[in-house]
Amino acid sequence: MSALRITWRKSLNFVMLTLTGVAAFAVVSVLFLILGYLIWNGGASLSWKFFTQLPKPVGETGGGMANAIVGSLKLLFLAAVMGLPVGLLAGVYLAEFGGKTFSFIVRYTTDLLNGVPSIVIGIFAYSLAVLPVKHFSALAGGVALGIMVIPITVRSTEEFLRAVPGNMREAAMALGASRWKTIATVVLPAASGGILTGMLLALARVAGETAPLLFTAFGNRFWSQGWGQPIASLPVMIYTYAVAPYDDWHRQAWAAGLVLLGLVLLSNLGARFILARSKVV
Amino acid sequence: MEIAATKDKIVSGAPQSALSVKAFRDPVPMEKTTSPTIEHKLRLTISNLNFYYGAKQAVFALSLKIPTNRVTALIGPSGCGKSTFLRTLNRMNETIRNTRVEGEVLLDGQDIHSLDVVGLRRRVGMVFQRPNPFPKSIYDNVAYGLRINGYKGRLDDLVEHSLRRAALWDEVKDYLKKSAFALSGGQQQRLCIARALAVDPEVLLLDEPCSALDPVTTAKIEELMFQLKDSCTMAIVTHNMQQAARASDFTAFMLDGHLIEHSETSKLFTTPTDPRTEAYITGRFG
Repeated sequence: MSALRITWRKSLNFVMLTLTGVAAFAVVSVLFLILGYLIWNGGASLSWKFFTQLPKPVGETGGGMANAIVGSLKLLFLAAVMGLPVGLLAGVYLAEFGGKTFSFIVRYTTDLLNGVPSIVIGIFAYSLAVLPVKHFSALAGGVALGIMVIPITVRSTEEFLRAVPGNMREAAMALGASRWKTIATVVLPAASGGILTGMLLALARVAGETAPLLFTAFGNRFWSQGWGQPIASLPVMIYTYAVAPYDDWHRQAWAAGLVLLGLVLLSNLGARFILARSKVV
Repeated sequence: MEIAATKDKIVSGAPQSALSVKAFRDPVPMEKTTSPTIEHKLRLTISNLNFYYGAKQAVFALSLKIPTNRVTALIGPSGCGKSTFLRTLNRMNETIRNTRVEGEVLLDGQDIHSLDVVGLRRRVGMVFQRPNPFPKSIYDNVAYGLRINGYKGRLDDLVEHSLRRAALWDEVKDYLKKSAFALSGGQQQRLCIARALAVDPEVLLLDEPCSALDPVTTAKIEELMFQLKDSCTMAIVTHNMQQAARASDFTAFMLDGHLIEHSETSKLFTTPTDPRTEAYITGRFG
């Protein structure tokens, strides 16, 4: 083998190794770049007022996004109430009861639903919960986010339930527990850490959704007057403020982005913490 | 030593019986090919039991009598249907899709297939091959069967009683709130026995309960089975022929889903009547 060839091989090896390393580094740095950029631009606007005050009228500087923060939490609560039980029960069905054909259809459809663009889900929620009553509402936003929560919850619930050893089910049934009692008293508790993690991640995932909220929850510059009324949310607020022509609004949009990212990161960390502490799976 | 002595007493105390052999894949009806006439009160009477996984038959026209408060061992090579048979006795196979059972299993004279399955499994407990405690505390493991059956009495006393019966109380009494997963394999298996005993079953089915345990722990479980005999009928599936010889009063040898021979343990291991039994217990196959 010629010396040239060996040199060529060695350098190719070096170049490829470097490229994979650089790509891996890029993946990690994207998050930190975003975080750094948000802190750089929005950190200054982040004050106690930001969390406690309503937005100021156009033209006045200052004010906060208290209504959007509470609104986002309310929307997530609605999404949790509407989406999580459905996702959980469907996941239980797939893991514990499902036959072949129907389960296949459910699983496939769930994956498709997961891939449906969020704006399409927004239109669906719009025709379902906005058109009949002829006004935007927190409820409609909750429906949109709730639908998006379902597929992630279904699949994660199914996976964690499947990880529970079958001999635990047998043990419970051999003691006279029915199928449902076995699931409720042994299988679900054993998988609860994992299932909870999946749910938190699902909520974190939809916390930043903007498109489906634009024509469902709409937005509100004041405190929402109730579940049936339009409500502010952080992502929509960011969108509105970022495209507005005022410098003060731009700064507030950055701050809102920082808060939103903080929320998502926190719930991710919480999910990891729960998973690490859970006993079986 | 003590165990062996007690066992000899029991075996010698058991009535001698006329042996007859069920010929391998013999189409002759069961009346002519019976197990030994066990002159003992019978807890379970199985007659003409067939079991199918889909189209595949796993147990063939099996008839067996399981005497009250004695240990009956089921031996035979892997895949001979011992475990499948054992699991028909508390209808655990019903949890497997596409299975079918024919024939009669009488528990104290009642066909188990006409009983409520929840009630049946309370009366016929089961211990599995691998220790399978729940991811709960030691206490909650033992109390589980009582709780799901809506037991309203004092749980503490019954939990202690069950753990004592399983010879585990002294080792765990100070750690009842600890996770069952913190126990060793042998302790976990005794915990599973305590859990099964808590609902006070008449019959305890043991599906290779020692196959995942070391010899010392195995000896403990065998000793435990001995102590349980005054209140409980046991059927144990085992691959370990020494274990069958040590721990059981009666032994049934199965091959390819058929019951080949059934008699007092001492008899089956010393003077087997079927050449296949002899071949198996002398280690020529299986």
